[in-house]
Amino acid sequence: MLTLHCPYCGVDADETDLHAGGQAHLKRFGPGSSDEEFEDYLFMRENPKGVHFERWRHVYGCGKWFLAARCTNTLEVFGTYPAQTLEPPKDIRDKIAGTRPGWSWGIFK
Amino acid sequence: MSNAVSALQGKLAPGEVTIREAGLRGMIVLRGDLTDKKLRAVCSGVTGVDYPGQGQANCVGEKGLCWMSPDELLVLVPYAEVAEAIALIDKALKGTHYLAENVSDARALILVEGTYGREVIAKLAPADLHPDSFKPGDFRRTRLGQVAAAFWMRDEDTFEVICFRSVAEYTFNLLAASAKAGAVGHF
Repeated sequence: MLTLHCPYCGVDADETDLHAGGQAHLKRFGPGSSDEEFEDYLFMRENPKGVHFERWRHVYGCGKWFLAARCTNTLEVFGTYPAQTLEPPKDIRDKIAGTRPGWSWGIFK
Repeated sequence: MSNAVSALQGKLAPGEVTIREAGLRGMIVLRGDLTDKKLRAVCSGVTGVDYPGQGQANCVGEKGLCWMSPDELLVLVPYAEVAEAIALIDKALKGTHYLAENVSDARALILVEGTYGREVIAKLAPADLHPDSFKPGDFRRTRLGQVAAAFWMRDEDTFEVICFRSVAEYTFNLLAASAKAGAVGHF
């Protein structure tokens, strides 16, 4: 069972309180972009065994979207942070580097 | 609407822990900038209680303020005083970005009264209800069984539960079944 800390209401929310929102930190390619970029934006997703960054919504609680860093293999949660964040915060990256040296995910490592 | 009735009209499931529909209660959803001093002042003025902290509820009798999310507050007043309360909020917050809406008839309020009320709810919600982590004054939005609900403690032996009116009967039956099954003795 996954338990994530909601950064907005401070509640440790159970997985059943939450709604998964897919991969985090997507860069949008809209009008004016190439077909390849648009296809990548629409369809291509990370599918790692290990460190992953996801969007979650505290749907039965405060209703806010937030981002979570966790390991898909061990279900270890590295941390959660507000959705208005363009890249994983330094403390979370340091924490991941502590147990997963040399990790990389998309453009982050 | 000449004769307003609550969802279950005071339905009662007596027992060691009694489940009771509380009847009509005025509820106002207030969305806005909760750090705004004017907003906090008018909320306290309307209800007579202090502004609650994150995840808290301050309730006295039928009046109270519950923290719903970083931009949402639930204002509780007696059913007959809702229009008056909204008028006061509208007057105080004129010109700012906010929304105050009467949701009294869209919701149901259910009371869980008895010594192991804590366990009746703990069996249904994915929330930590240990006496050390959930105390009178705490407020939690979560789910009960399959529906969204929120609850807080009026005192050590009384929980107040709110849910949507359309699922009031489900929530009531769920709580009644949980109460009838007895205490687990977990806390």
